[in-house]
Formats: sequence, structure tokens, C-alpha cells
Amino acid sequence: MTSDRPRRPARTAAVLGLILTSAAAFAGCGGAEGADGGGDTTLRVAIFGDFGYEKLYDQFEAEHPGVTIVETSEGDLGKYNTALTQKIAAGSAPGDVVAIEEGQVVNFLASADKFVNFQDHGSNDRKDQWLPWKYEQATTADGSDTIGLGTDVGGMAMCYRRDLFEKAGLPTDRTEVGALWPTWEEFTKVGEQFQDGIGSDDVHFIDSATNTYNSILMQSADETYFDPDGELVIDSNPAVKEAWDTALGMSEAGISARLKSFSTEWTAGFKSGSFATVACPAWMTNNIKENAGPEGEGLWDITTVPGGGGNWGGSFLAVPTSSDHQDLAVELVDFLTSAEGQLGAFEATGNLPSNPTLYDTPELQQATNPYFNDAPTGQLFVAGARNLQPVYLGAKNQPVRDAVENAMRSVENGDTSPGDGWDAAVEDAEKAAG
Amino acid sequence: MTTATAPPGRAGRTAGPARRGPRAGARGTRGEQVAGYAFISPFFLVFAVFGLFPLLFTFWVSLHDWDLLGTRSWVGLGNYSALLEDEDFWNALVNTLGIFVLSTVPQLLVALALAQLLNQRLRARTLWRMGVLLPNITSIAAVGIIFTLLFARDFGLVNWLLGHVGVDPITWQEHRWSSWLAISTMVDWRWTGYNALIFLAALQAVPRELYEAAQIDGASAVSQFRHITVPMLRPTIVFATLVATIGGIQLFTEPLLFNSGANAITGGTTRQFQTLTMYLYEQAFTGQEFGYASTVAWMMFLVILVVAVANALLLRRLRGVG
Repeated sequence: MTSDRPRRPARTAAVLGLILTSAAAFAGCGGAEGADGGGDTTLRVAIFGDFGYEKLYDQFEAEHPGVTIVETSEGDLGKYNTALTQKIAAGSAPGDVVAIEEGQVVNFLASADKFVNFQDHGSNDRKDQWLPWKYEQATTADGSDTIGLGTDVGGMAMCYRRDLFEKAGLPTDRTEVGALWPTWEEFTKVGEQFQDGIGSDDVHFIDSATNTYNSILMQSADETYFDPDGELVIDSNPAVKEAWDTALGMSEAGISARLKSFSTEWTAGFKSGSFATVACPAWMTNNIKENAGPEGEGLWDITTVPGGGGNWGGSFLAVPTSSDHQDLAVELVDFLTSAEGQLGAFEATGNLPSNPTLYDTPELQQATNPYFNDAPTGQLFVAGARNLQPVYLGAKNQPVRDAVENAMRSVENGDTSPGDGWDAAVEDAEKAAG
Repeated sequence: MTTATAPPGRAGRTAGPARRGPRAGARGTRGEQVAGYAFISPFFLVFAVFGLFPLLFTFWVSLHDWDLLGTRSWVGLGNYSALLEDEDFWNALVNTLGIFVLSTVPQLLVALALAQLLNQRLRARTLWRMGVLLPNITSIAAVGIIFTLLFARDFGLVNWLLGHVGVDPITWQEHRWSSWLAISTMVDWRWTGYNALIFLAALQAVPRELYEAAQIDGASAVSQFRHITVPMLRPTIVFATLVATIGGIQLFTEPLLFNSGANAITGGTTRQFQTLTMYLYEQAFTGQEFGYASTVAWMMFLVILVVAVANALLLRRLRGVG
């Protein structure tokens, strides 16, 4: 989940301003000159968080006279998903172009007829623009319908607090730190060392077991809770149980701060230093920067993730069939998801492109992030994305994942024994899978 | 219950049929009749569109296995039989009723005491009276967010205060009792002042002579409160309880915001504070089970009916005792 990328006030104000001025324009000069408006078109783009598209919109508008792009952004991913689902189901999409997050795209594949099929617009000829699994994620099982084109992927790395590592007597250099934990077992051991060295109950090594669990799970299997036939395999897939055991092992070792992702305390933990590491997909860097604030600059750094690579989050752009300007909207999506568009978004927000041809360009290879001690973010995240094995997620992945995470949290909090917790996870997963 | 103790409301009700008489006589022309229906039609139209249709449509949906985005198929009453065996539904029901009792009882008692205080001769009386209403005009989302911060594990004010008396930090979301307590606190903070003002208005309508007479007879303040104030306030207590019941069964925002972060809608790791509306929402929008969610909605309707009847019976008993 790429949840809670904070909404930017400047953008909101800009959108509001635009609405006001266009309203004023309508009221002021209704029918005065050129009553039909000379073919003016407004394209609405609905996204969540910040995709970094401002400059790209300007460019598109310049190349298409008479076209105005209005973006609406929702800060909370959960809210965005709910509203999008409702509106798509009701046949009145919130935009001519809508963003779909990775976790939701399988759901929308079930109603592929509500979206424009990009294959009708030649997307199959440009398939190599995307990582193969990324393109497949938004394509129906029979391969005939592609409902969305990929924007970013959540290539994995590990973010860590340099100052806390130093206090605990661990190395701080990112190459040395990365070398400490080629595997998750070693990562746990480093955690124990850290906990001994820091000697404080207020600071822990990881934020929570669940984030680590998801990172491990997404690395170790080509399927997680569902097999490609849609059958629930949580109980028979050894990868799930292994990831569960490894993650809870960390919690038992006492190195977890037991903070729920995206809760107020978790958010505050970035600033107060409640935890020293966090699983870090590319989009998380922006999150850390917002949560830790200006005084956190230089405290955080980025290194490789144990187990090598992985993916968490990433999005697609789609055109609902309810749009009145489908061809123009498709053109805009083609532009935003092209190499040029993805690079522009990377430069604005750090979201890692899903276009593999960009990975060796100097723009990515030389990209650094000053907030994270000039960490070579391009190289780090590209390494994470390249090693990635595509993972099949079922249509009910989200509710099942929620159920498992809840069970894991109750074990981590000490409310349930690990054995009972696992039984509860399987039982609740079966219920959630319906 | 004897007729002598029957409240004036009863007598008023019997006047109903009598009033119907003259209207039947003056039935008027056909045109007047049409005009009459036209005048009352807005209510029925609005009710049909926003009340009746959703109600019936929800029932129709609840008879299907209805995926929000995908397929739908007829299952008859299958959803209802599944729901009756659904532990999570009963859990949500217990939570809803538990939080309702835990918040409403102290809320109404404190409000009554507060109203009594506000009814005294006080300096800056209007200021105090306005003051108790302030929490009620605060945005519910703001209340939820601030209280969640107050009850935070690591830096919350409540844990900090408890720390001074030697209590270890409590993870308020983690246990059933603590989460219920925290959520009830939010509800009470917001609604106690409102109810106090309602009670105050009722108190001021109590004739002063009753108190004067009681004083002359030598009744203490406590027995004055018990034998004059409470009986005179009964219609108001009925009203306040009804409003609190409606709010209590619909409780949604407070527990949702209290569980900030991922999976907020499940109300805690073991659903320890998931209310009925949260469960409904979870089924509809996380699970995409539109049909099943509609079934939950209909069951909620039945639950509210049961609670309303229970309330009415209880209050009628209270009325009889006085």
C-alpha cells in the first residue's frame, strides 16, 4: 500500500483557484465572443498523493492547444480506493484519467469493460516499455484486455537512521550496513546487536513485524495467498508460513517497536526516532521526508534490503469508458507513462519508473537524494526492482492480507500466542476470501 | 398503572379521532382534494426517493451474492442465515451495544448533574451555559484525531498522567476494555454538554412553587431532586435517551479514527472495537460484498427496532415507578 502520501496544499489551492477562475470566466463572458469556446476541452485527472505531474501537464497542454488538465488528489489511499470503486461501479468515474494502485488493479480487472482497452490503442506494440510483470498486472488473464498502463514500481531498499546506528555502535556507511544483512536471519541478528548497543526501551530496530513480513513474503514466492486459479493457498504455501515465522521471530527477539503502519504513532516515530530501520520502497522516501521534517535531513540513509530486491506498491493510469474524451485521455496516459513522462515523475517525487529501459540511463544511475545523505537512490531502487520476481496476487488479496496482518499484530502485542495467531490468520483469511 | 397516574400525553392522544370528525365532513370539491394531495406530496416524494426506495433496494440487494464490481447471483435468504452464524457480526453487535451503554449511562447522569449546577445562581451564567455546548460544535473528525493522540501509547497525555501515579503505559487500542473506555470518553466529551443544556431547559420549566412547597414540608435537597426534578424531567429524559440511542447504534467515526493507520476499518487486531456500521462498511468496500453488507444493514434495522422497543418498555416502567 502506498498509503498516505500527504496531499500538497499548493496543489489544492491551485485546483481551487482554477475552478474559481473558470467559474468566473463562465459567469463573466457567457456568450460574448466565440460562444462555443473554440473546442476547449478539460481533462480531469484523479490521483492519490503526489505523482509529480505538474510540469508534464504544462508540456501536454502546450502541445495540445485548447486542452486544460485539472488534477484532483486525495491524500488518503483507502478513501481514494473506496470512492473510485463506488464511482466506477456507478458508471460515473471521478476523472477522464484515474490512478489505480497495485492492490486494487486485480479488483478492477473483474470489470474490465468499465475501462478503455489500451490494446485497442496499440499498447501491445510498446509492451517492452514496462517490466513484463507490470504490464501483465493490469491485463486480464486471457491476455486480451489491458485496463491500465504502469507508472511507478515500489522497488525495495532499506532505510535506516545513521545517528541511531552510530549510538548503538554499528557501522553507518551504507555499503557496510548493507553488507551486514544479506539475509533476513542476519538482519535479525544485527537487530539484536543494535538493541543491546542502544540500551533503551524507547528505541527499537524495526517499526513493526507486519512491514517486514510483507517485504519477506513478496520476495520469497511467485504466489502468496492465492494460486493463479484463484484458490486460497495460505495454509499450503510454505512461503507464507516462513515469512510469518521470520517476522514474528524479530518481534520475539524484542527488536520491534510494534507500531502500526501509517498510524499517528508510526508517523511520529520517524521524527522521534522510535525505530531505526523501515522497509523502504521508492515512494517511501517522500513519506519519510514529510514525516521526519527538515530537522531529519541527513539522519536517514538508504541501503540494500535483505534477500535482495522486492516490490511494495506502484500504480497504473486508466481511462474509464464513462469519459467523454477517451481518445485525448488515452493520449495523455500514453504520454505520462512514456519514458519521458516516467522520468519527469521520478525527478519530481523519486517514484521509481516501471520502464526498464530507463534503468541504465545516466538520469537514474546518477540520481542522488540530498535528504538521505546523497544516497544514490536511482541505483539502489533500480537494483531492488531488477531482482524482483513477479508475484501473483488474487482478487481478494487485500482483505486476506488485512486479516493476516491483524492476526500478526495481535501476536506481536502479546494478546495471542503465535500458534493461535496463525490459526486465526488462516481462519480469517478463509472468511475474507469468501 | 392506574388511570389516575396516566400522564397528560395519554389524554392528548385520545383527542386524535375526535379531530378527524370535522375534516371528514368538510371534504370539499374534487379540485380541493387534488390540491390537498399536491400540498402534502413533497414529503411523500422525498420519502419515496430517499427513504422507501433505498430501504427496499437494500433488501433486494441483500438477497443476492452481489460483488460491487463484478457478478451478481440470487441467493435468497442465504446471506441472512450466513450472518446469523457470523461471529464477527455478533462481535460487532456486542461492541456497539457495549460502547453504547458505557457512554450513554454516565453521559446522561453527568448531564443531569451539570444541568442542576447550571440552574443555580452563578456569576457569568450564560458563559458557563455556552461553554458546556462548545465540545458539541467541534468537528467530529477533529475530536477523533485529538483524542487518539491523547490516548497514544508512546507520547499520549493520558499515559503520561497515569505514569505519575505509577501506572505502566497502556496501549489503549489493544484491549477491549481500554478501547471501549477511550471511545466512550470521546462520545461523552462531545455530547454531555448538549444533553446538559436540554436538561437545563427542562429544569427551568419546573414550577418553582413545587420546590417552595417541598421546602416548607422540610424535604432535603436530595429528596427534592428525586421526587420533583426527576419526575418532571421524564419526557426530556426519554428524548435524550432516544437521541443517544440513535447516535450510539450508528457509532462510526470515533472508533474508525481511534484505530489510525492501516486496516482502520477492522477496529483493532481482534476486532475488539469494531462497531456494526464499521463491519457493514468493511464488507461493502474492503470485501466488495455488496449483498452481504446490505444484509448487515437490514439486521441493523432490526436491532434498532429491538433496542427502541426495549427502551420504550424500560422508560414506561420508570414512568410507572415515579
